Amino acid sequence: MVEKHTSDIGFSEAPVRASEWRRFRRVFFERKLVTFGLVVLVLMVIAAAFAPLLTPYDPYELGDAGESLLQPGGEHLLGTDLLGRDTLSRLIYGARTALMVGFISVFISGFIGVPLGIIAGYFGGVINMVIMRAMDAIMCFPMLLLALLLAAVLREYDVISGIWVVIIALSIAIIPGYARVTHGVTLSIKENEYIMAQRAMGSSNMRVMFRHILPNAFPPLIVLVTMQLGALILAEAGLSFLGIGIDPPGAAWGAMVWDGYRYLANNTALWLSPGIAIALVVFAFNMVGDGLRDALDPRLRGLL
Amino acid sequence: MPSIPGSEAYSSDKEKSMAELLKVENLKTQFHTEGGVVKAVDGISYHIDEREIIGLVGESGCGKSVSQLSVMQLISTPGEIVGGEVIFEGQDLLKYKTHGPEMRSVRGAKIAMIFQEPMTSLNPVLTINQQLTEMLELHLGMSKKVARERAIELLGMVGIPSAHNRIDDYPHQFSGGMRQRVMIAMALSCSPKILIADEPTTALDVTTQAQLLELMKDMVERFKASLVIVTHNLGVVARYAQRIYIMYAGRIVEEGTIKDIFGKPRHPYTIGLLKCIPRLDEEEGRKLVPIEGLPPNLINMPPTCAFLPRCSYKVERCFQEPWPPLKRLHDRHYISCYANTEEKTGEPTER
Amino acid sequence: MTTYIVRRLIQALVVLILVTLIVFFVMRLLPGDPILIYVAQTAELEAMPQERIDELRAEFGLDKPIMVQYANWMAGIFRGDFGTSIFYREDVGTLMLERFPITIHLTLLSLIVGAIFGVLAGMLTAVRRGKWLDKIVTPLTYVGLTIPVFLLGILLIYAFGVKLGWLPISGYTSPLDDFWLSTRQVIMPVFCLAIFGVAANARQMRSSMLEVTRQDYIRTAWSKGLGERAVVMRHMLKNSLIPVITLMGVSVSIILGGSVLVERVFAIPGVGSLLVSSIFGQDYVVVQAITLIFAVIILLVNLIVDISYAWLDPRIRYG
Repeated sequence: MVEKHTSDIGFSEAPVRASEWRRFRRVFFERKLVTFGLVVLVLMVIAAAFAPLLTPYDPYELGDAGESLLQPGGEHLLGTDLLGRDTLSRLIYGARTALMVGFISVFISGFIGVPLGIIAGYFGGVINMVIMRAMDAIMCFPMLLLALLLAAVLREYDVISGIWVVIIALSIAIIPGYARVTHGVTLSIKENEYIMAQRAMGSSNMRVMFRHILPNAFPPLIVLVTMQLGALILAEAGLSFLGIGIDPPGAAWGAMVWDGYRYLANNTALWLSPGIAIALVVFAFNMVGDGLRDALDPRLRGLL
Repeated sequence: MPSIPGSEAYSSDKEKSMAELLKVENLKTQFHTEGGVVKAVDGISYHIDEREIIGLVGESGCGKSVSQLSVMQLISTPGEIVGGEVIFEGQDLLKYKTHGPEMRSVRGAKIAMIFQEPMTSLNPVLTINQQLTEMLELHLGMSKKVARERAIELLGMVGIPSAHNRIDDYPHQFSGGMRQRVMIAMALSCSPKILIADEPTTALDVTTQAQLLELMKDMVERFKASLVIVTHNLGVVARYAQRIYIMYAGRIVEEGTIKDIFGKPRHPYTIGLLKCIPRLDEEEGRKLVPIEGLPPNLINMPPTCAFLPRCSYKVERCFQEPWPPLKRLHDRHYISCYANTEEKTGEPTER
Repeated sequence: MTTYIVRRLIQALVVLILVTLIVFFVMRLLPGDPILIYVAQTAELEAMPQERIDELRAEFGLDKPIMVQYANWMAGIFRGDFGTSIFYREDVGTLMLERFPITIHLTLLSLIVGAIFGVLAGMLTAVRRGKWLDKIVTPLTYVGLTIPVFLLGILLIYAFGVKLGWLPISGYTSPLDDFWLSTRQVIMPVFCLAIFGVAANARQMRSSMLEVTRQDYIRTAWSKGLGERAVVMRHMLKNSLIPVITLMGVSVSIILGGSVLVERVFAIPGVGSLLVSSIFGQDYVVVQAITLIFAVIILLVNLIVDISYAWLDPRIRYG
């Protein structure tokens, strides 16, 4: 079924015309929630980039006596945690952690997953069988669970810092997504005449795979990356909620929720503000991914 | 049938048959699309008598299928029936609510329909038995057991070999022609008064086409039903229909008996259509002449005749006046055209 | 159909072997001596005399080539021998039998809730497309797909446990011991775990219903004079459900993954919380067993889904 649907994904090699760009914009901004998501993401990126300028306090600086667990309002807009650290400042720095984990992980896993999928689809046979079954095997593990398993092991290596444990674990967990997408695209176009022509003219396999097949996978890959950024930030939050990953005093939203959970009724801002931050950002990535999919290629609906 | 209130000049001067079964008056169906309003059916009027076979002929996109779906009230958004009357058994079907009980008791029971695509018109996950008996149970109140017996009998009638073995099969286990036979059996199962066949043979190969048309003709005779054959192929209706309506761009441009249409076609479009039917009995070398140009875009149509850009008979008046109403030539032959097309039709088109 | 099933079974077997390889070798990636997997802490190991270590090495078969070790491990699992937990000083198999029923209870309930409410919501929003119900429910499904389960859990506890005091905020009781208390305790965790399934099923059901609505055979059904109920229930439901069923595998995966978080939030002593505490207690035999069992469950669910998918669609069943 996947093969059939993806049969004519892409072919975006022609230069993007102005009218296509207009159509893209029209479809993308058609839904208010997509625009909302984009705004949230832009604000988050700005917050992360200019964190030191935006934060009213040092997120790591311990407060003085009497500054512990302050309620929102007053000098500390969102209050303070047990150690007297400003919640808003930690929230802004948490955006850095979340974005860093998300972007580095998609990059690493894309770097591995994309070639795997193309190679599997292009050569077929035993290579295809081995690669794709391995992807199936990885997909048998819930993403969070696999990341947890890998993080548990990686954590034992003293040289890898907490955040990199999370990044490596999550990167491995999401490789199959990339491999599946590029595999599908490769299968659907490798019999096309222009690919055949390239091969007949003696282009090397590498050239055909990466110069001619890869560009066709870009539209679905862009959508996949956006969606996975959401999933990664959610998983990172889950891991840090469980206490894996970010070394203190680093700020991670999931860990902030867990720490705040102890003050469930007394200091709602402590767990609610990082919780809402996670929910908003994950929602935003999903909406933007949805919008991109509809604007780039609505045929991907139901696949991504 | 008694006279119909509010009938227009065109219909009032027309000879009324006592056996008139269905009368469609000034039917208009539009589709609201991003590009604008598509006037798919733009005021067509026709009628069908008891036990009559009529043909509704036109290029694809001329509104012939939409007109028939409108009669059944099977138009869904963005389509909308915006005007007209569909008089059946003295009642205007368009006054009924789309999925109300009155309309449902007409659909399938009184007026049944066969669709173009036999491959997709049957539900893939239900057996033939399930799909055939549900109408019998619904409209005729048969029990499951009786309905099954009747369904087997019907399948036998439409020529499905060893029907009692095939009844529990799924649609994909039948060939296209066989599925269309199942559709015919299904459509006729409740002895409807009218059977509408929407391009029933287009998707099938030529031999199957002929067999199915023959079967349909036999079956409607047997069930004493009338038949509307909707097709883009004049050849298909030539042997079976008694009268033919030619549609173009959402309107009827010519109507007449089979003799009128094939013998003395008068509308330029009909003349064009006849020139592109290949005929075995012609002398060698007769050129098939395709009609120049493309069918019009049904959005933002000019008030003048829609065939004008493709017409080779056009006269001054065509450019100045709106699309002409149907005018009677003689007897049951009507055209909607200003031009004098008589002298040019000397070619041997008579069958 | 038979060829299809056989092919699918062989595929599943290959994947199963790969899954066990992953679980086995990931544990071997642990730095230091693999004997650490079986005996407590580094400190304990350092205190041991070399003969004792060699003895243990022989006992766990660590002196054999790695593939033999893998084979022995697999053979043990087939006998139901998952090893011994260093923290609980207990056979891991026995430990699993205590903890798994709790997680299975929550998982099954969540799956059922997700399927029923998701399919219903999808049907209603599709049939009443563009009406108020659709306008409210469909955007909410996005929230259901993206909300962090732990945040949802805490919000529920805050609202229904702390503020309103309607439901117990944590713990687990077997329904066999006290059905009423058990039900009250699982309402919130099950809501958290089911929300993804509800949302995902609703979206899939809605879009496949809308897809089916456009099919020729639905026009045929209307043309037969059937009422809306018959058209929807008889002609649309089964066709629309077929793609929804494929979501079952994803749902189970999400629920099992989420149970790790939800069990922690609600202090439920299932395998999810056991996994977390074992990771922190470096009780790797338990970690290994749990991940393996979770993966095998998901593998089996996907296998069942694929086969039932084929069975539901007569075009494949008789193809």
